[in-house]
Order: sequence, then C-alpha cells, then structure tokens
Amino acid sequence: MSEEHGQVIEDAGEMVLNMGPHHPSTHGVIRLVLELDGEVVRTVTPDIGYLHRGIEKIAEGMTWQGFMPYTDRIDYLGAMFMNHAYAMAVERLHGIEVPPRAEYLRVLADELNRIASHLICLGSVTMDLGAYTPFLNAVREREVINDIIETLCGARLTYNYMRVGGVSFDLPPGLRERILTWLDGFEVFLDEFDRLITYNEIFLHRCKDVGVITAGEAIGWGLVGPNLRASGVDSDLRRDLPYSVYKDLSFDVVVGRGSVGTVGDVFDRFWCRIEEIKQSCGLVRQVLAGMPLGPILGKVPKKLKAEIPLGPGGAKGGPGADAHVRIESARGDTLVYAVSDGSEKPYRLRFRTGSFTALSIMAHKGAGMMVADLVALFASLDVIAPETDR
Amino acid sequence: MDGNGIVAAVRARFPDAVVADGAAAKDPWIQVAPVAVADVMRHLRDAPDLAFDHLVCVTGVDLTGIAEKPDLRCVWHVASYAHGHQITVRADVPRDAAVLGSVTGIWPSAAWHERETWDLLGIRFEGHPDLRRILLPEEWVGHPLRKDWKEAPRALGFPTTRRTLLDEIRGGNG
Repeated sequence: MSEEHGQVIEDAGEMVLNMGPHHPSTHGVIRLVLELDGEVVRTVTPDIGYLHRGIEKIAEGMTWQGFMPYTDRIDYLGAMFMNHAYAMAVERLHGIEVPPRAEYLRVLADELNRIASHLICLGSVTMDLGAYTPFLNAVREREVINDIIETLCGARLTYNYMRVGGVSFDLPPGLRERILTWLDGFEVFLDEFDRLITYNEIFLHRCKDVGVITAGEAIGWGLVGPNLRASGVDSDLRRDLPYSVYKDLSFDVVVGRGSVGTVGDVFDRFWCRIEEIKQSCGLVRQVLAGMPLGPILGKVPKKLKAEIPLGPGGAKGGPGADAHVRIESARGDTLVYAVSDGSEKPYRLRFRTGSFTALSIMAHKGAGMMVADLVALFASLDVIAPETDR
Repeated sequence: MDGNGIVAAVRARFPDAVVADGAAAKDPWIQVAPVAVADVMRHLRDAPDLAFDHLVCVTGVDLTGIAEKPDLRCVWHVASYAHGHQITVRADVPRDAAVLGSVTGIWPSAAWHERETWDLLGIRFEGHPDLRRILLPEEWVGHPLRKDWKEAPRALGFPTTRRTLLDEIRGGNG
C-alpha cells in the first residue's frame, strides 16, 4: 500500500481491461476481459453473444428451403460454406440427389470463397501487427473474387447461391475465361505477397514462437481447419471424409512444419493459409476443366416432408429422424445437425462452427502472454464473430 | 471401424449402459443411460481401437412431439482423427431434472459447447467448472430452444414485436 497525491493506492498490480466489444482487432463484436499485470496478461475471459440472433430458433419457424438465406449470415466471409453445409444436411435427411454439374459449381464457389476468406484473414493478421499495405493488397484481390461471385449469383457477400438439390444459377458465358485470366495474375500476386510480408524480418519476429498451440492442445480444444493443420495435425475433411466431388480432385493438405519457429505458432497459421490459397487455385482450375454439362438442380419436391428414407434399404425415418454432415469450411470442420418431425419445417437445426472452439482456446492460451502477442494470437485464429454467436 | 463395430465395442464394455442403438443407420448412433455418459465417453476416447479424440459438437434436442416422452435429448458427435470414424452418442433426460455428467475433463472443448446447451436448452452438466450462460445475457429468463418456451412481450427492456413498438409510438406511452 502506498500513498500518492493524498490517495491511498491499494498494492494491486493487476488491472482489468475490456478489449472490445468494439476494438479494431476483435474482428466483429467480441469482448475479451483481460486481467493485466503491466503488459503481461494474467487471465483472458472471452465474452461472446453480442451478435447472437437466434438463427437456430428462427429456423424452427421456416421451411427447409426458406431458411437458406439465413445461413449466409452465420459466416459472412464464408457464406458459400454455410450454404453448402446446410444444403447437404437437408439433402441427406430427405434423400435428395444433386446433379454432377451442380456439385462442380458448388466446389467452384466454395474454393473461390475459401480464397477470399483466407485473404481477409491474412490481411487482418498483418494489419493487427501494424502493417497496413498487405491488407490493402489482399482486399484488392478479394474484390475481384467478389466481382466474379457477383457475376455468378448476383450477390457479393450474402450469396444465397445454393439450393436444396443443386445451385441457383449456371456458370454465365465468359466467366470461365475471366476466372482463368484472373488466376494467372493472382498466382503471381501471391508470390509478391509472400515476398512483401511473409518473410519480412519485423513480421517474423512478431509471429515466430508466439502463441504456440501443440497438436494435443489443438485436438483437445477442438480447433479445426487451418488452425488445426498449423499445429501439425494432418487432417482435412475434403480428403478424409470426401463430400461433393472432392474425391475426384487432387490437392495437397498443408500441414504446419514450424519453418521459422515452432510448429503451431502464429506464423504457421499464417503460412498454412497462404499455402491453402495456392491449393485452392489448383482446385478452381481442375473444377473449371472437369465440369460436366447437365442440369444444375435435382428433383426436389415442392414441399419437403419427411417420409425420410434413412439408413440402408430406404428404411423410413419418420418423426425424430436426424442427419448430420461435416464439411471443411474456410474455418474448418463445420457440422450441421438437422432433426425433422415429419413436417416441412426443421424441428431442430444446429451449426457447429470453427470460430466457436477457436475462441474458447483463448482463455487457455492467453494467460501469460504479452498484450501485443495476444492480439497476434487472436488474429491468427481467424475468428468471425457472427459464426461464434449465430 | 464402422457403426456396427463401434456399437459392438461399446456394448461389450458397457452391457447395461446402452439403451438403444442405430448401428446400421446412415449416421450411426448409440443411446446410453444418462448416468453412464461420462464413463462411456472416457472409454470412447481412451480405448485404442476407438480413440475418439475429437469432440465435434455437443447439442440438445427437445423431444416434445417427436418421441413418446417429452424429454430433452443431449447429442454428442464424436470423431477420431486416428481412425477416421465417427459416431453420434445420445442420452435422454427428463425435462424437469435435466442433469448429465460433464465431459469437460475428457475433451476441454466441451466447456463452451456445454455452456451453450445449458443456455439454450437448459440441460445442466454436473462437474462443469463454469456453467454460465454464454450466448444470451445473464438476466435472460428461460431456455429458448425448449419447445414450451414462450417469447415474452418485452425482453431486456425492449418490446419483442413490431406491433407493440408501433402501438407505443402511436399511444405515446411506454
């Protein structure tokens, strides 16, 4: 206890600081309650729910098809994945077939969206670490993808592109060439981006050996997607649990290898996303080359009612029938669990998203870090607030 | 291992705990007695031939209208990175005594999933280190994903329907 300016100051070296809900590096509305001892973080308590819109509750009052636009709002940087996961869950529950061309179009949209989403992540990691130019570069390229997707489906952010049983629009004339031309330039840009920031000395020092998440921690805390792979776990649902047409496409699963520091540090998570963008470019080319002709929407009854052929031999599911699908979104393993009561509305719908568990590890990893490193860790986990809150 | 193998392995180890199963279903599932949840889960993670190291999701379903008894069902989706297999585990609890064992000690990621299930469905997890609401505000009343939950005309000081707001403006009183 000391006396200063006539005031008695308790000898409490700790200070409680609210990082967020409105903080530039919280990427949306998230609050981290920090207990600080000088620059060192003692405890981190994430507080979420600011963007909770009750999407799962809203679903219970809508038809299966009518809910599709809401799925865009779950993850605004990766709306295609949410469209895709939801459509797949409904199709699985009702036994609906999707024509091959629609599957290719879905994968095309997914991979373009993955590039766009990773670009935002890379840009915001660098911006949070104090480098503004790479962010502008990344966003400039993402803008082109937005234009391409706008030509495909008419929307730039909340796509509502996929339908139960297929997709809403076919590839418009000339778009294939436009994508290929853009890709040629984009792959050069990625190298430039790499040289501009990835091996920048200052950037490296902010990233390497910071926020190291071991493979065991990543699995235990349910990290998924690039965050999991950066920790050295070789897992990708596109390869391990192939859905859509991924089993016909070839790509490498990028696994963190600690090239400048430790496996699972901030740098590995950054680097994994750059390498994944390169893989996605290859996938887009393969999809464009292999896309068959044919219908883009399968046979879907006007009103989806659950006389559900579930299980082998078309055993009827009936009320209480459920199904779940898992896909690899930009933020990893996304699970959609759907339960039907036999009516045309979802009885229960559950979205499990990558950001939710990625944020939960903050309390565990944040303790003992410097505030500036905490920002780096948080940015590298690529948390999207509406996805945690739904 | 496929659904049949996993269900057989669990049945062999816990003959009394398994209530029902859908081993041959498209999405294989196994239903266990609520008291046995924690033991079964630990076995699922620790047995080398099962090795369910990834808790994908914990969620709840209100069974009013789709089952004989209006129970609450807790659903765990677990998967294994080592073997690449997955299974859905279910347990039904009565809605007025919805208590289950927590699995946070087995998979740390369960902590937030269980908080969400408590918040939205009111299933209590015994042994959870910090079971608070997570998405809804602390002062919220009820669990909205239960089918008998009714939206109050006002929540947290705001009207919940548009009509009420218009009426208030027209009427000029709050």
